[in-house]
Amino acid sequence: MTTTDRSTNYRIIGTRPVRPDGVEKVTGKAQYGADIRLPGLLHGRVLRSPHAHARIVAIDTSEAEKMPGVLAVVTHRDFPAARDVVQEIGESSVNALELSDNVLASRKALYRGHAVAAVAATSVHLAEEALTKIRVEYQVLPPVLDVRDAMREDAPLLSETRFTKELGGARSEKPSNIASHLRFQGGNPDAALEEADVVIEREYRTKMVHQGYIEPHNSTATWNADGTITIWTSTQGAFSVRAQVAEILRHPISSIRVIPMEIGGGFGGKLPIYLDPVAALLSKKSGRPVKVLMNRTDVFEGSGPTSGTWVKVKLGLKDGKISGVKAELAYEAGAYPGSPVGAGSMTMLAPYVIDNFQIDGYDVVLNKPKVAAYRAPGSPAAAFAFEQALDEAARAIGADPLQFRLDNSAREGSRMVTGAPLAKVGHEECVQAILDSPHYKSPIEGPYRGRGVASGYWFNGGMQSSVVAAVNPDGTVNLIEGSTDIGGTRASLAMQLAETLGIRYEDIHATVVDTDSVGHNDVTGGSRTTFASGMAVYQAGMDIRQQMCERAAREWNVPVDKVEYEDGRITWTDGEGTFKETSFAEQARTAAQKGGPIVGKASLSARGVGGAYSTHVVDVEVDPDTGKVTILRYTAAQDVGTAIHPSYVEGQIQGAVAQGVGWALNEEYYFDDEGRMLNSSFLDYRMPTSLDLPMIDTILVEVPNPGHPYGVRGVGEVPIVPPLAAVANAIADATGRRFTELPISPRRVVEELHGLA
Amino acid sequence: MEAFEYLAPSSLAEAFTALGNGKRSMMLAGGTDVIVQLRENRRHCDQLIDLKHIPELMSVDIRSDGGLDIGAAVPLADLYNNREIARRWPGLVDSASIIGGTAIQSRASFGGNLCNASPAADSSPSLMVHDARLVVASASGTREVPVEAFFAGPGRSVLQPGEILLRISIPPQPARSAVFYHRFIPRNEMDIAVASAGVRLALDESGERIASARVALGAVGPTPMMVAAAAEAVTGQAPTSETFAKAGEAAAAAAQPITDMRGSMAQRKHLASVLTVRAFERALQRIREAR
Repeated sequence: MTTTDRSTNYRIIGTRPVRPDGVEKVTGKAQYGADIRLPGLLHGRVLRSPHAHARIVAIDTSEAEKMPGVLAVVTHRDFPAARDVVQEIGESSVNALELSDNVLASRKALYRGHAVAAVAATSVHLAEEALTKIRVEYQVLPPVLDVRDAMREDAPLLSETRFTKELGGARSEKPSNIASHLRFQGGNPDAALEEADVVIEREYRTKMVHQGYIEPHNSTATWNADGTITIWTSTQGAFSVRAQVAEILRHPISSIRVIPMEIGGGFGGKLPIYLDPVAALLSKKSGRPVKVLMNRTDVFEGSGPTSGTWVKVKLGLKDGKISGVKAELAYEAGAYPGSPVGAGSMTMLAPYVIDNFQIDGYDVVLNKPKVAAYRAPGSPAAAFAFEQALDEAARAIGADPLQFRLDNSAREGSRMVTGAPLAKVGHEECVQAILDSPHYKSPIEGPYRGRGVASGYWFNGGMQSSVVAAVNPDGTVNLIEGSTDIGGTRASLAMQLAETLGIRYEDIHATVVDTDSVGHNDVTGGSRTTFASGMAVYQAGMDIRQQMCERAAREWNVPVDKVEYEDGRITWTDGEGTFKETSFAEQARTAAQKGGPIVGKASLSARGVGGAYSTHVVDVEVDPDTGKVTILRYTAAQDVGTAIHPSYVEGQIQGAVAQGVGWALNEEYYFDDEGRMLNSSFLDYRMPTSLDLPMIDTILVEVPNPGHPYGVRGVGEVPIVPPLAAVANAIADATGRRFTELPISPRRVVEELHGLA
Repeated sequence: MEAFEYLAPSSLAEAFTALGNGKRSMMLAGGTDVIVQLRENRRHCDQLIDLKHIPELMSVDIRSDGGLDIGAAVPLADLYNNREIARRWPGLVDSASIIGGTAIQSRASFGGNLCNASPAADSSPSLMVHDARLVVASASGTREVPVEAFFAGPGRSVLQPGEILLRISIPPQPARSAVFYHRFIPRNEMDIAVASAGVRLALDESGERIASARVALGAVGPTPMMVAAAAEAVTGQAPTSETFAKAGEAAAAAAQPITDMRGSMAQRKHLASVLTVRAFERALQRIREAR
């Protein structure tokens, strides 16, 4: 069966059908976690630390427990002792001890908003009132809020027992907020920089920012009389929730059933758990189902944003080529280790061929929320630094910034900083697509207008998927899957199954089911679902085809390897004029008489992940009097492998660019000196609205991934990598000033242009 | 959010009776601030008195003397959807059309926006340069307060317990005059002023000189403020960019902003100047377009 190189004759792939979940969502009927109603349901609320750094001396919950209508109060004491083990949850990992401590603080509150206790009551208002009756005695400690400050030897320590994991497995002599130090090196960067024609050396900073998903975290749990636990929640991975809850509660994994509700955005922020074990414990204590919801301030203060960063880049050019790079990256991990500094370090140079480099990364804890994954975690801040340094280097030698990138571009066989060679990738194609675009070919004119470009890379993920495809007598197929549908994956998976089976897209009914109802599925993260679950769907489809071919062969009494399946037709010919034919529809209809139900299934750990590149161009106009930056025009080119559903691919790109522009221009966690976030609302956090962005043009570059039957690459993450740098480069072009610190807000621009700071 | 009673009196007399019953009261003249503050436990009350059923607070009167009376609870949308108001008082529409979004504007009122007494309120500078008076009623009668004397600090006004803001009374505006109000926000919607400026510019009969001016700033001090020095700097002068720049300098000098998450002190002082200059330019444009 030819399965690759069919790009010209796909029937379904590349079309734009309506998503199966669309009608329910636009009519408001889709069920989200906050919609859960159960008999006897209690409402839970979480008490959070008002201090960014404090020892918890005592917690007295007695007054709250006495209140009528309050049925349960929990603190960290109610958790079983956690184990010091690490769990992979897709694009990030968690240490169970730290996860447990983050869900409800034990000895110390490590950031403002850190959960310390929770109550369940018969109404939300009673629950809120009960929180005010809980007496927590804090010994307030000085907080450390900046990554560079946290690295100093005299910085307040979050933990006296945390030592730096140094290179080669060594351990620092003294306790430190630097959780780990990593290094990638190759060639001789010092000599290369010494001999360079041009050297650019700069420091860059980005602020902690939040994914900004619309739907706050929520969890409803019942601890059933038989000891089983049922959890309804908003998550990027129901199986991952199950595993994390099992670990924290030390409960058998088979006794936990997680029902994934529809999800109102995640972007990586709904990989870790926050409320699920709390709701479960409250239910255990009260004997009633308990629903716990975060409000927006809880989400900002108590969930997982991405790191603020400090990056130093020293870049050398020789004869128009990047000859050497030395870089240091320090990323804020928040209250516990686990920043994406490793990914930042590995992706920063990935679009280019650079033989001489040394990259040092530091994972640093400080008194801010524990970071979670956010779309290509770690890569945007690294690109913000490196792609700006490249821009300056290109200017220094008078090169076109895109041609310069093309001249230095990585391609198949180029080595990453890890030493791993690249498979077939499409960076050159992306740069060329922007060079050829009407946007780049148009002039950019007028005062305080400028144009910027940048490239980015993301690995994408593989991981485990399981699907079941059950054939119905009417020729339709129930596709049972366990991947949270954030970006239209019910559609993109159904399309791949329809393509494989040669039937109509409308005849596939895709359903995302709970953890009791399908084999293990890793999270929807790492841009992996359309790729890896798509691969499973393909295999399940091939399983069905094989079964149907076998039945036909048996009936016709011919060898099965001579039976062909194409576009839903099953045929055999002896090559001498004898011809037999049946079809998918006929086999479906007659299954009961010919051997029983036909069910295809596949479980796999996906290999053949294809990394993704993206190159963007943006035009801006700066109001020199107010410092306000207006995005005039934006075009993003991306190697998408094969666009299964082009509209959803474009949507991913546009959404990521919107987030990247917000990150570049206005978004930031704004803390006071005591570590209180002062802008923990959508009013003051200032994500862009539809009025702040132009139509974002997309160019889908299709360089099929040889590791996937349909050439799929992950598409959801890489488009957030270039915007930060592209916007900064455009502002530099418009103003003649280089902004190395985010956000490039009106305040920062006007203070810089008028010398006000 | 704590439990409270909701009352909807249909007359002023009923409202005053309710106000006198000894409970902690708050007024609802739209609720787009009050409900949020109660929900977040930033304010507390025993009873919420909805003023939207009292006819006096819901009426608009375009007076025969050229003035305008706006009931304190009239929704903002009713102002900018009124063609005559939109034509004759575009400076009010500048404010009414940017307080919240469309849905908010169907509930929110100038009266509520004033009584919330935010230093960044979008109604205040515009009403101040219109020289608006606030008619305040209590069980014992009414009194008038100029808008610029209404604010006592962030979130505080001179309203006394038992008093209700009844209406906003805008006197006839000078001949050959126009008002313009705007604010600076980092985004293009859904934001609160980093700084704002309203001006009223009146030309003399020749149209060559500035007969009078009023300048008010928002979000650059604990209350919205009139800037007399900016008005003086332009009065009698030709309406040129050089003249307006002087008003801008005076505005920046008068501004007393703080640094917070919405903007810095230096940025706000600078914006006070920029916004004042641009407001003068736009007001001048309005006068010329009206001719």
